[in-house]
Amino acid sequence: MELKTKITAEDGRQDLTITREFDLPVELVYKAYVEPEIVAQWMGTKVLKLENKKHGGFEFETYGPNGQVAFRANGAIHDIVPNKSITRTFEMENTPFPIQLEYLSFEALTPETSKLSIHIVYKSAADRERLLQLPFAQGLNMAHNRLQDIVQKLK
Amino acid sequence: MNLRRDVFQAIADPTRRAILLLVASQAMSAGAIAANFDTARPTISKHLQILTECELVGQTQQGREVYYHINATSMKQVADFIEPFRKMWDDRFNKLESIMKAYQTKNDA
Repeated sequence: MELKTKITAEDGRQDLTITREFDLPVELVYKAYVEPEIVAQWMGTKVLKLENKKHGGFEFETYGPNGQVAFRANGAIHDIVPNKSITRTFEMENTPFPIQLEYLSFEALTPETSKLSIHIVYKSAADRERLLQLPFAQGLNMAHNRLQDIVQKLK
Repeated sequence: MNLRRDVFQAIADPTRRAILLLVASQAMSAGAIAANFDTARPTISKHLQILTECELVGQTQQGREVYYHINATSMKQVADFIEPFRKMWDDRFNKLESIMKAYQTKNDA
């Protein structure tokens, strides 16, 4: 079966592209990005601010199991065209990761299906690699970082 | 077989990570590895067996002793985090899709 979500990340580059085809009209996918209550639901984060306009911005805050702030992110919205595109920056606060630039493109495939492409540009190719090495799904602890340092040396 | 998943399961255990750190610098016998831990020797043997099965470490026979060394090729798979990254986005977008389908149904009604 073809994957619905794809990542294109060529070796040695400082960018990557995430593409996803939705069984939804393009207007609804766009809405999921601009309505704070909906963003909160699928991103699993609290939306403190979401100004969908040129020179607007956003602030997200995620809580850990004990109610402590686990993660904060923010960015500036540079350009936004309803049902077509969002150009924004994305910063993960209190992390060593530099701010990234994101180009989101919304495209209708049929009246009932659509495609979203997110082109992310990192500060450097090395920053992209470091970000990809975050243990997204495995929940590994920080001891893993030392292991990764060794892996880097093996390369 | 989903080798990648096995590799991640293997490194999820702190003792196994510690073993990998040890053998990353030099090949070591099971006895020499076990000497670094308070854990019972059979437990260390079990960990070595799992690491060997996942091909994170390799074995070489030197005289009577079996030496364990790190397998750089498999360790690079650990460094390949594209799939977890993709999976994270896939889960997120699946959620978006189901929320908006519910939204669509509610607003059509």
